[in-house]
Amino acid sequence: MIDFRDVAVRYPRAASDALGGVSLAAERSSLTAVVGPNGSGKSTLVRALIGRVPLARGGVSVDGRSIDVMRRDDLARRVSVVTQREELAFPLLVSEYVALGRFPHLGVWHAAGEADAAAIRGALDAAGVERLRDRRVDTLSGGELQRVRLARALAQGGDALVLDEPTAFLDVGHEMGVFELLHRVARSGRAVLLVSHQLNLVARFADHMVLLHRGLVAAAGAPDAVMRADILERVYEWPLVVTRDPAVGAPALLPLRGRSRPMV
Amino acid sequence: MAASRWLLLALALAAAALAAVAVGTMSIPISRLLPAIAGTGDPIAVTVIRTLRVPRVALAALVGAGLGMSGAALQGTMRNPLAEPYLLGVSGGAAVGAVVATVLGFGVVLLPLAAFAGAVAAVLAAFAVARVAGTRGDPRVLLMAGVVVGAFANAAIMVALANAEPNVVRNALWWMMGSVSDATWPQIAVLLAYVAVAGAALFVVAPRVDVLALGEDAAAGLGLEVDRAIRGVFMVASLLAAATVAAAGLVGFVGLVVPHLARGMGVRRTRPLLVASALIGATLVVVADLLGRVLTPPAELPLGAVTALIGVPFFLVKLRRLV
Repeated sequence: MIDFRDVAVRYPRAASDALGGVSLAAERSSLTAVVGPNGSGKSTLVRALIGRVPLARGGVSVDGRSIDVMRRDDLARRVSVVTQREELAFPLLVSEYVALGRFPHLGVWHAAGEADAAAIRGALDAAGVERLRDRRVDTLSGGELQRVRLARALAQGGDALVLDEPTAFLDVGHEMGVFELLHRVARSGRAVLLVSHQLNLVARFADHMVLLHRGLVAAAGAPDAVMRADILERVYEWPLVVTRDPAVGAPALLPLRGRSRPMV
Repeated sequence: MAASRWLLLALALAAAALAAVAVGTMSIPISRLLPAIAGTGDPIAVTVIRTLRVPRVALAALVGAGLGMSGAALQGTMRNPLAEPYLLGVSGGAAVGAVVATVLGFGVVLLPLAAFAGAVAAVLAAFAVARVAGTRGDPRVLLMAGVVVGAFANAAIMVALANAEPNVVRNALWWMMGSVSDATWPQIAVLLAYVAVAGAALFVVAPRVDVLALGEDAAAGLGLEVDRAIRGVFMVASLLAAATVAAAGLVGFVGLVVPHLARGMGVRRTRPLLVASALIGATLVVVADLLGRVLTPPAELPLGAVTALIGVPFFLVKLRRLV
């Protein structure tokens, strides 16, 4: 559904490309995860999708149509994005905040109808933040805020959900809660494209993994094809072993201690 | 915000306006106030009320409403609680346009246009400075650019006044300190038109300001044409500020203080914030003008000085909370 084709990005005054020609696809009914070290270009992919960085080469398309020819609000009705960086300048209530997800669906007068109200209720419920609806956003804990942001994206609707580090600052329970929710969203028929540092969780939940390294795809495929010690050691520049998650049999990474960092 | 609080804001404005009409060198008791406004009773009172006080209060209220809405829109768009037309160089640019027009001997009709031209030039200059910095409209860079443009505007005014006639300098200075003392009905009608049209335009695009408050990437993800939206709000807010500058000179810090007072009353989204800021701004400037008239009789304090005396401590408190 979302296709990145040979996407290259270079930020102004940067010495090298943030993305050096990356191709990947996020399909409906599946959870696609982009992983990689800091600075490997993961967030730049998301920013390319919402048109916040100029492409030096390549293109992004949604359902076969290039986003260059799509109206921004049309794109936003198809693809919901939760970006990594976000600071609310002036606090809103949770209910008001989640309601902003309906922005691309409203007309010039921005009058919300029953469909919008239903979408907001459903999103609050699905993200498990219904009880927070009358709280101010600036009084929430980190975990609550992440789930409220997720609720806003769910209220936005569309056939694809794109998230940049949705489990940053979350404890184990909340982290699992988010991944289980994303899994359900994917099984309900939507495309989920996830940028994450949580390799082991991604390996358990993702249908497809893409490992980025210095702006290029280092490996892509099923978790078993990407979670290989030789590949991950080279990309993360740290000695590690890949074992099996004893509960579900998914590949799991275990970084090793007591060795010097093999600088590449 | 609860209905009772809206009523409170409206009553506060009405009370401030009545007090400002009644109090002055010639104080008029409440019992004779309404007949005088209506045009009956003591002819001297009628003249003072209808040709001096009511226009003055009406102009003060419109200036406050315009600056309050302009500040509310700019703060939301720039995601910056310290943003307001005076600090962003918008008012300074408008003042340059107006001073140049005064020195060249333009009449009242062309003055607002010259002020708007100056404000637009200041906005374009601020955007150009921000673009040189390479951050595509980053609010923080834009705020710094605004401060620089404002400083440049000040210098330009000094240059324009360097060789002017003493009476032109005195007029320009009095007006640069902000004043509603020479209010005329045509002036009020022009400002009313500006405030109504620009205020309505801001009201329509207010949901975009709500989305912009999430940050530019998040706003883009919600389908907003971010750069265009920022420019659009900036232009309308500048027009509003320029119209007030043309009518009453530089009245600083109203756009800063007023939206914070409105938020303190529990207003969060931009649409109600605009309405509350208009009401509070009108009340604040009417009261400030009244204070300027009664604090040091028979001399009048310039309106801009009174609002700055209120606004600067407020600015410092906000700045301290921010850093």
